[in-house]
Amino acid sequence: MNPFSFLFYLLAVIVLASTAIAISRRHVLHAVVYLIISFIGTGLIFYLLGAPFLALLEIIIYAGAIMVLFLFIVMMLRLTPQHAGWKAGIAQWAPALVLGGISLAIAGFMILADPAGHALLPTLTARPVELGRFLFQKYWFAVEIASFLLLIALVGALYLGRQGEKKEKVRAREEL
Amino acid sequence: MIVPFSHVLLLAVLLFFMGAACAVSRRNLIMILVGVEIMLNAAGLAFIAASLKWQQLDGQIFVIFILTVAAAEVAVGLALIVYAHRRTGSVDANRYSLLKG
Repeated sequence: MNPFSFLFYLLAVIVLASTAIAISRRHVLHAVVYLIISFIGTGLIFYLLGAPFLALLEIIIYAGAIMVLFLFIVMMLRLTPQHAGWKAGIAQWAPALVLGGISLAIAGFMILADPAGHALLPTLTARPVELGRFLFQKYWFAVEIASFLLLIALVGALYLGRQGEKKEKVRAREEL
Repeated sequence: MIVPFSHVLLLAVLLFFMGAACAVSRRNLIMILVGVEIMLNAAGLAFIAASLKWQQLDGQIFVIFILTVAAAEVAVGLALIVYAHRRTGSVDANRYSLLKG
């Protein structure tokens, strides 16, 4: 086993363990902090698989921006830690568990049965310059659409935020 | 030479199912959104592994778009959660059952 594959398996264990801890935490705050570890681990796997620019983006956007947004919301809403947080009733759970298990088993079987999947991946690196040139030469239209999506999401988030504020002000005025 | 392609795909599948379990089974609205994030991340991992296997940059480009969609989704989703919390004072998904007959 060469050092690269050792690093990959180590990172895979870290990612799986921290994700498993995160989805079973009672308190959302703890879950988000474990998820930051998971996303940093995923970013390092991206680096290992030859995508240094995406590794940086993963850490900046996922572990940085998105998770910090979650943290802000959790702190803003002043949530009380609920008990367990899992839906009750094994009768309700059983079909989902069985169907999910079957599809997981089929996915695992298909991945492992594919003979082309056993070939080792090469160690290559996509330089950010090449990636950016490729992005803006071949996918410039998709970049425009993505920017529109971000703009619309921004407007939508602002609208949802302002609407409640206005109503609260009206209610406060009525109370006065 | 790193690892077989199938091992990376297995990791992505396991992560995806963890995210799906989180999104389906948790009652907290924020945890449901977190589950969706984990699923998107697993999809990105599969894309990057495929990009390395076939040595095409398209897979990495798609991960950039997945990041964009995830950021937009989180912004709107969290705004909705804040709005719902303002109106009802709770983020428990079980309590949004007004339309239940």
